[in-house]
Order: sequence, then structure tokens, then C-alpha cells
Amino acid sequence: MSMTVSLVFLAVLMAVFGGWLFSHSVGVRPWEAQAAGSGQRQGLGGGQLPAAATAPRVGLAVFLAVATSLFALTVSAYLMRQEMAHDWRPLAVPGLLWWNTACLVLGSVALQLAWQAARRDQLPRLWRGLLVGGGFTIAFILGQALAWWQLQSGGITLAANPANAFFFLLTALHAVHLLGGLFAWSRSLFRLQQGATPAAVRQSVELCALYWHFLLVVWGILFALLLMT
Amino acid sequence: MAMAIAVIVLAVGSVLFFFFSPWYLTPLASNWGAIDDTIQITLWVTGAVFLAVNLFLAYVIVRYRYNQRRRSQYDPENKSLELWLTGLTTLGIAGLLAPGLVVWAAFVSPPEDAHEVEVVGQQWHWSFRFPGEDGRFGSAHNRFIDEHNPFGLIDDPAGQDDILITAPHLLLPVDRPVKMVLRSKDVLHNVKVANFRAKMDMVPGQTSYFWFTPTELGEYEIVCAQLCGIAHFAMRGRVEVVEQATFDAWLDDQLTYAEIAARDPGNLEAGESRYTSCAACHGAEGQGNQALNAPKLAGLDAWYLERQLELFRSGARGTHEDDVLGQQMRPFASMLPDRQAIADVAAYIETLPERPLQATLDAGDPERGARRYRTCANCHGQQGQGIRATNGPRLAGMPDWYLERQLQNFRQGIRGRHREDPYGNQMIEMAQVLVDDRAVSDVVAYIATLPQPAMAVAAANARDGEE
Amino acid sequence: MAEHGQHSVQHAAAGEFDNMELVHPKTFLGKYVWSQDAKVIAIQYGVTAIAIGLVALVLSILMRLQLGFPNTFSLIDPASYLQYVTMHGMIMVVYLLTALFLGAFGNYLIPLMCGARDMAFPYLNMLSYWFYLAAVLILMASFFVPGGATGAGWTLYPPQAISPGTPGIDGGILLMFASLSVFIAGFTMGGLNYVVTVLQARTRGMTLMRLPLTIWGIFMATVMALLAFPALLVAILMMLCDMLLGTSFFMPEMLNLGEPSAHEGGSPLLYQHLFWFFGHPEVYIVALPAFGIVSDILATHARKNIFGYRMMVWAIIIIAVLSFVVWAHHMFISGMNPYFGFLFATTTLIIAVPTAIKVYNWVLTLWRGNIRMTVPMLFAIGFIFTFVNGGLSGLFLGNVTVDVPLADTYFVVGHFHMVMAVAPVLVVFGAIYHWYPKITGRMLDDTLGKIHFWVTFLGTYAIFYPMHFMGFAGVPRRYYGYGETSYIPDSMQALNAFMSVAAIIVALVQLVFFYNLVRSYFHGREAGPNPWQATTLEWQTEHTPPRHGNFGAELPVVYRWAYDYGVPGAKHDFLPQNMPPEAVEADDTVPGRRS
Repeated sequence: MSMTVSLVFLAVLMAVFGGWLFSHSVGVRPWEAQAAGSGQRQGLGGGQLPAAATAPRVGLAVFLAVATSLFALTVSAYLMRQEMAHDWRPLAVPGLLWWNTACLVLGSVALQLAWQAARRDQLPRLWRGLLVGGGFTIAFILGQALAWWQLQSGGITLAANPANAFFFLLTALHAVHLLGGLFAWSRSLFRLQQGATPAAVRQSVELCALYWHFLLVVWGILFALLLMT
Repeated sequence: MAMAIAVIVLAVGSVLFFFFSPWYLTPLASNWGAIDDTIQITLWVTGAVFLAVNLFLAYVIVRYRYNQRRRSQYDPENKSLELWLTGLTTLGIAGLLAPGLVVWAAFVSPPEDAHEVEVVGQQWHWSFRFPGEDGRFGSAHNRFIDEHNPFGLIDDPAGQDDILITAPHLLLPVDRPVKMVLRSKDVLHNVKVANFRAKMDMVPGQTSYFWFTPTELGEYEIVCAQLCGIAHFAMRGRVEVVEQATFDAWLDDQLTYAEIAARDPGNLEAGESRYTSCAACHGAEGQGNQALNAPKLAGLDAWYLERQLELFRSGARGTHEDDVLGQQMRPFASMLPDRQAIADVAAYIETLPERPLQATLDAGDPERGARRYRTCANCHGQQGQGIRATNGPRLAGMPDWYLERQLQNFRQGIRGRHREDPYGNQMIEMAQVLVDDRAVSDVVAYIATLPQPAMAVAAANARDGEE
Repeated sequence: MAEHGQHSVQHAAAGEFDNMELVHPKTFLGKYVWSQDAKVIAIQYGVTAIAIGLVALVLSILMRLQLGFPNTFSLIDPASYLQYVTMHGMIMVVYLLTALFLGAFGNYLIPLMCGARDMAFPYLNMLSYWFYLAAVLILMASFFVPGGATGAGWTLYPPQAISPGTPGIDGGILLMFASLSVFIAGFTMGGLNYVVTVLQARTRGMTLMRLPLTIWGIFMATVMALLAFPALLVAILMMLCDMLLGTSFFMPEMLNLGEPSAHEGGSPLLYQHLFWFFGHPEVYIVALPAFGIVSDILATHARKNIFGYRMMVWAIIIIAVLSFVVWAHHMFISGMNPYFGFLFATTTLIIAVPTAIKVYNWVLTLWRGNIRMTVPMLFAIGFIFTFVNGGLSGLFLGNVTVDVPLADTYFVVGHFHMVMAVAPVLVVFGAIYHWYPKITGRMLDDTLGKIHFWVTFLGTYAIFYPMHFMGFAGVPRRYYGYGETSYIPDSMQALNAFMSVAAIIVALVQLVFFYNLVRSYFHGREAGPNPWQATTLEWQTEHTPPRHGNFGAELPVVYRWAYDYGVPGAKHDFLPQNMPPEAVEADDTVPGRRS
């Protein structure tokens, strides 16, 4: 059953969480009082996240889980609808998507470089990375829009077939997530413009980079799905 | 203390209520005694747990009520107690689940010798199909449904002998397993006969099924158990469980797809000559005559006229003792010898020219009536134009005095109560929505404001003239 | 009560966990309207949720009027009735209970009970509330558009949700979609906060296994909601496409009151799978916070440690995980592949085991306790009773065969109202009586509270218990009227009238509750910082009500779990979580006094 896609994701997530909790609770006798900093598990360490897990990072991780759930469920719906229906005519994926994919990869790489630059306090490289990353991303989104237009004018309309409808739905969902990312990206850019130091925007550039990698992976999966079915 | 008493009284009271209340499962009329058994098992197990937990709770509340000189006992955990409780619960759950799964295995596997009936759901009506002599259903699809092919049968030899039952009345032979194949024309429905226990949703675009063996002769009500829109509550039908011979005879009387298709359409000339006896009251052009209590006929669709004439003829309408005017109609309808005669005259009436009517009543408020009418609009159309698919006749352009009288008749059960008049039954339910006389006048006043086709034509002509 | 604060408390070194920058606005608007203080946001959530809940309550009374006294009220026609059914359900489940437990109690209690200054992302938190308010307003607007609100049932099943024959297929359903989307977006912002705050911002010593069960319940419910709401979002997006763009995700070839539709090949069951993938976890999104809160109320007012804390935590987690693999038990008779019935009946009944354990542990918490029959305790016991009833009727519906005759009857209505309406609402009330003194600094009136409890508890039982018998008799739900249904005995009408009268009484007694809330705010007895002598951190704040930033100059340090009531050898019968072991005064009275 196609719901398995979503279930596998949930199972992995829950297993990680459950395992983490288990490692912090096994053998713990919660009713025993203990001085803080006594060095035992019940003290400071019990389930406290490592220092590197800052609130924004944890926040991003949780949000990525939510977004993964959204995409996994849509993919589940895709597979289920395909299974249930007799009217499924696979879509000829426009070649343009390969170019778009390349754009997104480059965007992701550029943002990674921007993050690196921010860590090393290199302002010009940070600017360059951000601008190139954003530029490629915008190119990706425009490319997707162009692909839509190509399909539409080629008679492959949204309503004509569920495969088309899913193509539009999946790409739209993905693009909306990227647009949200671009909003955060433009805020970092604006702060830089206002004279913020690389250190000050490091956090948000880092979150952008991670988010872009995530959306790249999602796109990879969606693209593979579209190619294979 | 009060809390403990309340818990005890409620817990024991709930159990006693179960034993002494008059409300329990409807009498079983199918083979699914096993389903009732699983309910019984669940009742016993859950009842025991319910009492045990709550009585213990009450005991604890009393025994450990607050005492300033006492402290609670500090016991964070009790491994063995927790294990015992978990184990016992698991056992209890397994005890409930196992019989459930065994019966479900039977529920999903219809026996080889089951005969098949297709149930078709639509807003808000049931119809049925038997596979005919070849024992196979012809393929059908919603895409092919139209006025003349209400089941959507595809050009398929297997479908020619399929027996179509458009009325929501079904007969089933007793003690023969039957597989109900379910299909929907529009939204979700669920065919439910409480006495049979089994039921299943019908989903457009696919078929579903369930099976049972009727074991008790009798008549049972079919209701819809899945929300299907505004008249969900009025989507009723009837299934009669009869002896095999009665069933065979009934089935023989029903028409096949091929036979229905081969029926002659109404003959206008024959209809015209038959209409002469109608004209005395209803007028030469079917314009109606209020003085004689004869409603207007022109503008009504043939299918509606046919149905009402059939009802009058068979005594399903016009036989209620308070329906004096309906009784007057009966002898005239009985003059029509057969279905063909009815079809002829109905076809003729359909051709009569329609003239707009003046409102005769002024008691109602059309604005208030507009809100009432939104219920009616679902079957009779936003403009009161009538919808064949929902079996709702035209209302726009019909005389207001007649509509008011019929609505009152429906509300009081003077019209529509007969068991062979399913749409009348439905109208009785729907007419209850009009809670008082004022509501009836209002809705009738609103219907009088709906555009009458002839008026629309006249308006169009006037416009043409101006240009 | 006076002993509070006497012990020496070791505080976390400033700056160690306390690196949060709080926005302290000066203006009234900034403080109470555009506030970023989780406590103010909590109250905003609470007031909004209760206000919209009152609308849903009125709708339920209108439904009961029609059912109890059919064909009496010309206001209520079949379309209105279905609209009431739909909006009542949707508001109560999503806009009242989810928002109240997570938005209101979550916001108020998570930072306080975890020992944090505020939520991790206060700005996002504020935004979350304003999204929620927008969602509520959009939903309310749907009553006023042409055609009115949607009447498709809260499950919004296609095809009927967007097909003729159902009320509100023009504006109503669109606004419902819009409102839900905004709600989900807003909830995601809030949910991120709750999860991150629990994971990341606990104070020193607040280990996972020392968290109060309230936090565990709210935390797991939020995790579930974050993962489950996307299913609803995808489903309504797809239905929106079907409606506006002519796609056929869910819409098959069908007729619209006789007219052929343009759709082909869609699967209504696909929607049901997606919906219930959200819908079933949603039940536990409402239930888990209630489980958690009731555990803390029971422990506090029974002066007893929670029984089997670890089991309770794991039960919450197991329930949360399992609730994602039981969704199709809502679809046993939906026409799906019947063989799924075996699988989903099994998973469903398995989930009964951890749930039962929770019930046992609540009762065993009371066992050998020292039970103060305060108003919160009354509500907590009322919850146990109601929940046991509702949980047990779930064993009928979860067991696929038993479900067949009972599905879509009043048995279902009775079951889910017991288990996810009355039971959680009793907890909501108990929680309000419990935490009101901390929120306002004043006690709620006891007598009014008891009147409120008794009428609500007994009244709701009188409404919903008989429904199970209507279900046995096969009375279908979502019916505007029963007319003359041959197999339904006439006596059922009397029962319906009785239930309606009970419903009206229960609704009216809520006025006593609101009167109490308002009156006590001005005239209630001063509560002091810790009126219930509770152990959790929110009762140990420097100020009551706590100020922005929650704690004083330094965050508290936690040394023990939340359930040190009646600890042997200690002088007082409760030890706050932030009391160091060396500060515990020894019991100097006669030994062996404990029973």
C-alpha cells in the first residue's frame, strides 16, 4: 500500500526519537532526587540537547520534518491514485527539468559556499554566494514556470489527466517552499545591505543553506518519481 | 463522598439501564447472528471492566478521602502489578479481537452459491438490478447514464437481459445467500437494513459489496447510512423477504433492459383522443380550472404525468379517506387501460402550449419563502423547473392554490403515504420542513415568483419586437 | 502554604540557560495585544477558542432542538441542520480543543513547567496566534456568504463536499478550506515553538524523565499534530484543485443532480485515507494533553506521586506512534479493500492496551492517596469515569465486525462525544480551576465550581449515554429527522427530547462558569503563589501571576521529579521540583504516622 511511504518516514522519525528518549530513560529512576551537576545522568545530561543544537537549528530540523511529512503524504497520494486508477497516462517529463535541476544544484552549492564564507568572516564571498545562490534558485522557479507553460501550451493541461495534475501539484508545492526560503534569503541579504557583519547573518545563512539542501533532496526524489512513473 | 456515590450510581445505573431499557438491537433477520455474538462478547467484557474500574475508583475515593493527619503512601512504581494489569488487558483485548476477525473473514467472503443483486444509489433514491438469465451483469458506467438509460448500461450483450428495478422496492428470496454489489451515481451512500446487520458504503467510480442470507420473511426498511446531502434522511427504500416462488413470480414481472428499450414511445394521436375525457375538467389545453379543483397540466413533464396516472390508477394516490379531490380523479385514471394508454396521454399533455398563470393567493411572503425553498430547490431545481434525475416535478408555473393544497396534503399524510408511492413518502418527510401554514403559504408565494417558461418566451418575444 | 519559599534554592548561573532576549514592550497594545509573552498569547488563544467554542455550543443546541422537538422551529431546515452538524464538529475538534490544549495550555504551561523564560521563538509564537485568529474569523465569515457554511460533515468527504445537493458548495466550502489552511500554517508556527522549547529550553536539571506529564502530553500531541496536519493540508489542496481547476484527484465520473460532471477517474477513498491519516491522530492530539493534565491534577490533589510514571510516559509515546497506523478503522465500511479490516482492527485494539494502562495508573494514583475533593479533582474523577466509558465503547467500533452494524449510527456519536468531547472538556475545566489561581492570582469560587461540575458531569452523561442505545437500535446519524422509520420505536422520540433538555441545561450551566471566571477575577479570594501546594515549577515563581520572563532574576534548578508528594521522612507532604535534597526538612513528628 502506498501509504507505506509516509509510514516509513514516520517510523524512522519515531524510531530516532524513541531511541534517543530510551537512551535517556533506561535505568533512570525518576523519583530519585539528585543535586544538579552531580555528574550523573539524572543531572545535567538527561536528555539535554548538545550545545550545538541551538534553538534555530532545532527549529529548522522540526520544520523539515513537517515539510517531509507533507511531501511524503503527497507522494503517497500520487502512488495511491496511480494504483487506483485506470485513467493514468504517464506524463512525458519536459527536458527543461534537467536544466532546472542543474540550477537548483548550483543554487544549493552557492549557498553552501556562502555559509562557509560567513563562518570565515569573508564578506565579499558571502555576498557572492548569496547572490549566485538566490539567482540560480530564481532561475529554477522561472524554469519550472516555463515548463508549466510548455506543457500547458502543448495541450497537457492540469485537468486532462491525474498524472498531469500531480505534476503541477508537486512542482507547485515544492516551488512554494522555495519561495518561503527566498523570503528568508532576502532578509539576510537586506541585513547585509544594511551593514550587518557576516557573523551576524551567519545563523540565517546557515539555515538557508540547510533548507536549500533539503529542498534539493526533495526535488531529486520528486523528479525521480516523475521520471520513473 | 458525593463523588463516590455518583460514580457507583452511574456505573451500576448504566448497567441496569442496559438490562431494563426497551432499546436494543433490532430483531435479527439475517444469517449474521455471529455479528450479534461479537457484540454480546464485547458487552460482557467491557461491562465487567466498566464496573470493576469504577467500583474500585469509588472505593478508593471513600477509603482515601482527605485526612489532615495522614499522608499518602509513596510508591512510585509497582512492576509486578503493572505487568499483571498489562497482561490481563492484553488477554482481554485478544479475546475480543479473535472472534471479531473470524467473523470478518466470513463477512468478506460471499459464498459461491450467492446470487447477486446490484444496488445503485443516487441522490436520494435507490434502484436495483438483477443479472437476468445469463447470470451476469452487463457492464455499466456512470458516463453512459441518461434519461433513457438510468443505469448507465454499456452496449454489452450481457446487459440486455439485466432486470432493472427503478422503484426503491426490492424483493429477496428467504434463506438464499445474496451478494449485494454496490454502485453510486453521484456521491457516497450506504445501503443499510438494520435487521440484516451488514452494510457498506457505495462509492462512485467503483463497486463495493457485502453479503448476507435473509432468514426471516418480512418487510424491512432500507435507509442511507452515509451523509449524501440535504435529503439524506429521506433516502428510503424497502426490502421484502419472501418465499422463493413469490420472488420468482415478482422477478418475472419486471422488465429487462432490452424490454424497456423496446417499449413504444407515447403516441400523440392516441393521446389526444384519450385526453378528451380529461379536458372536461383540466381544460382543452390543460390550463386547469380552479372552480373544478382541476390543476393545470400543461407544462408538466411526461414522466411525472405517467407516474401520477399510474399511482391514481393503482390506488396509490387518491385513496386516502381525506383526499376527496384525489378520489374524484381515480375513476378517470382507471379509464386508461394500460401503460401504453398512460404514455400516450402523458405525451400528448406534454405538447400542450403553456400559458402563464396569475397568482391567486396573497397570504404568503415570497421573501421568507425564498429561504424555505432552498430545501425544495435540491430536487425541483433552483428555478422550479423540475429535475428528472431527482424525480422532482416542475413547480414553476403551476397553480399556487394547487401547490398549497398538495403541500398541506403531504404534511398531513393525506397524499404520499401509500407504500407504493416512494416519492410521495419522501415528500411527506420533506414537507415536514414547513412547520406551519404560514411556511407553506410563503414557499408557495415564492414559487409563484419563479420564472415561468412561457413568460420567459414572452419576454424574449417582447425584446425581439423592440429591436 | 507558608512554607513555600523557605527553602534555600540554588539557581542556575545567570546566562547558562538564560540567554533569551525578551521583547518588553511599553505600550498597552504591545503588552496585551501584540504581545510576544507566551502567557499573554496563551490567554489570547484561550479566550478566542472559548468564544468560538460557544458558537459551536449554540449550534449543538440548535441541532438538539431539531432532534428533540422535530418540525417545531422554522429556522432549522435540512440545509441548516447539516451546516450546524459540520461547523459544530469542525469548530469543536480543531478550533476549540486543539487550539485550547496546545495554543492556550501549551503556551502557558510549557515555558513555566520546563523552567524557561519564554518560548523559543516568541515572534513566531505571536504570529501563530494571529494566524489562528484569522482562521477563526474566516470560518465565521462562511456563515454569512451566499449559500452559507458548508454542510458536508466535518469530514468534508468528496464528492458531496463540493457537489450539488450539499449546502455551502459555493462560498462555504472555500472559506472552510481557506480557514483550515491558515489554521494549519499558524499551528505549524506555534507547534515548532512548543517542540523546540521542550527539547531545547528546559532548565538545568529538568531531565526528560522529570518532566511533568502535562508537558509530555502536550509535547507528543504537538509532534503528532505537526506530522498529521500536512495530510489534511494536502487533502484540501487537492480537493480545491478538483473544485476550481477541474482536476480529478478525488472526483470520479458522476452526476450532479442528473447533469454529468466533467471529472473522471478520481478516487473518493483516496481522500478518506488522507483525511483519516490526519483525523485519527487528531483524536489523540486532543486526548494526550488531557491525559497529561489530568495526571498532574490527580497527583497534586491526591497528594500522591503519580503511579508508574515511566509507564505513563511510554504509554503516551506508544499511543502517539500507534495512532498513525490505525486510521483506516474509520473506513471499515467505506468500500475500501475489505482485507484491510484485519490489519486495522488489530492495530486499533492494540492501542487499547497502553490506553488502559493509563486508566489503571490514574486510579492507582488515587489509591492510598490522601484525596482532597477540590473542584479540579472532581473534574479529574469525572474525566476518568467518562473516559472509561468512552474508551470501552471504542472497543466496539475498533473491532471490525462489531463496527459493521454500529458504524454511522448514534453509537458512534455517543462514543466520540464521551471520549473526545466530554472527557477532554472536563479536563479543560479542571485545568482552568487548577491554574486560574496562578493565571490571575485569585481562587475561583468553590460553590459555583461544584454546581458547574455536577450539572456538567451528570448532564453530559445523560446526553451521551443513551445515544449508545439509539446506536444499537440502528438509528443513523446526521439525520435531520426520523419521520416514520419502521424499525425505530416511537419511544426513541421521548429519549431524544430528554437528551435535548439535558443538553440545554448543560449549556446553561456554563453561564455559571463564566460568571465565576469574571467574578473571581475581581472578588476571588487571594490565591497566594501555591494554593494547591503543588511541586511543579509554575507554582514556584516569584510573582503571581508570573511576569514576563516567568521567573525572577535566575531560572530555577530542578532536583527532583514533579511528583514528590508524601515523601517519607520529609516534614512537608510535598517537595517542589526546585528544592535541593539538602534543603528538605526532616519529619520531626512521631515516626510511623503515615498510613
